[in-house]
Amino acid sequence: MSFLISGTHIDPIYLMGVGFVVGMLGGFFGVGGSFLAGPALFAVGVPMNFVVGTDLAHIVGKSIVAARKHRTLGNVDMKLAAIMVVGTIAGVEIGADVIQMLKHGKYINWVVGITFIVILSAISVFMTWETVRTFKVFGRKKSAQSQETHPSGRDRSAFAHIAKKLQSIGLPPFVSLPVSGIARISIWTILVVAFVGGFFSGFLGGGAGYIRMPCMIYLLGIPTHIAVGTDLFEIIISAGYGTISHALKGNVDILIALVMHTGAAIGAQIGATCTQFLTGPRIRMAFIPLPLIGAIIVLHGLLAGHPH
Amino acid sequence: MNKEFSSSLKSFAIELIVYSAVVFAYFFLVLHFLGDWLYELFHDHRDWYAVIALAMIICQGVGLEYLTRALLDFIKPRTED
Repeated sequence: MSFLISGTHIDPIYLMGVGFVVGMLGGFFGVGGSFLAGPALFAVGVPMNFVVGTDLAHIVGKSIVAARKHRTLGNVDMKLAAIMVVGTIAGVEIGADVIQMLKHGKYINWVVGITFIVILSAISVFMTWETVRTFKVFGRKKSAQSQETHPSGRDRSAFAHIAKKLQSIGLPPFVSLPVSGIARISIWTILVVAFVGGFFSGFLGGGAGYIRMPCMIYLLGIPTHIAVGTDLFEIIISAGYGTISHALKGNVDILIALVMHTGAAIGAQIGATCTQFLTGPRIRMAFIPLPLIGAIIVLHGLLAGHPH
Repeated sequence: MNKEFSSSLKSFAIELIVYSAVVFAYFFLVLHFLGDWLYELFHDHRDWYAVIALAMIICQGVGLEYLTRALLDFIKPRTED
């Protein structure tokens, strides 16, 4: 089937299938799934600037379904989401501007592709290390009262000490996040984390939950379940803004996004329900291979040559 | 397999089948009727295209969410019988 706006020819069933898989991952891990959706679109010939913009649009629709499900499960910290939106939008705009600059050059596919590979591989390696360490620590110390206990007291992470340090930064204004179990944290810490996530969202496409979700858990000290739900809620607003920004720049094929979303809507329901059956470290462990798969798909696309 | 699990599985399977059929029909209609119009809008009125693109994906998200809930409400009382 021809998608005239991006000038591509793609089987809609393929798009629905990709949407279903990323929808399920999004509902389960709280990530937009762009680390798989982006490479999957690129692999069938969608130009990189359309990959970035279209993926953002598809994520808006998908996150509505998953975030609502998480809200009913009590996994959304609205206060945290509201603060993060500000930093994310600033980051998205700057990321989209960088794409706009690269669009006129010859190397957009390589620059975005290699950045994608480096980021995704780094996340996977880091999360593997952290999860193995968490299981080792808590395998030995059965008690949850060790120094490695998550700052919220509701989750466990080998990096809890880093989150505690960041929560103690004395830069006013401060905010308390009772839903996430955080008594006091500088708003600037939240904004910086959100800005970084927003930048990669505008630059690499999608909601950049693969960056924001680990940052929320390891740096801000948000419990995994709350990070998943809040990230999805925040993505609705930031990806919505990104969609407008990219659509104005001519980077969104909304028909591709609509078709992908139909599959994603089904998958998101299944994924969100599944979070209730696993603990935080196990959710993180299941997440580990996914960014690597995305990195391999992008690498293959770059080396094999773009089919467009 | 206990009764409760079997009931939820049945409910989920029915939901998935009905939902998939509705969604398939919908997206073929969207592609058929809106494809050319959106293409023209993309080239001639980019600002309107941006707003309509966002509105469409939000409406689809909300619409499918309501559809899912309605299906669940419709299916659950019957499978619990």
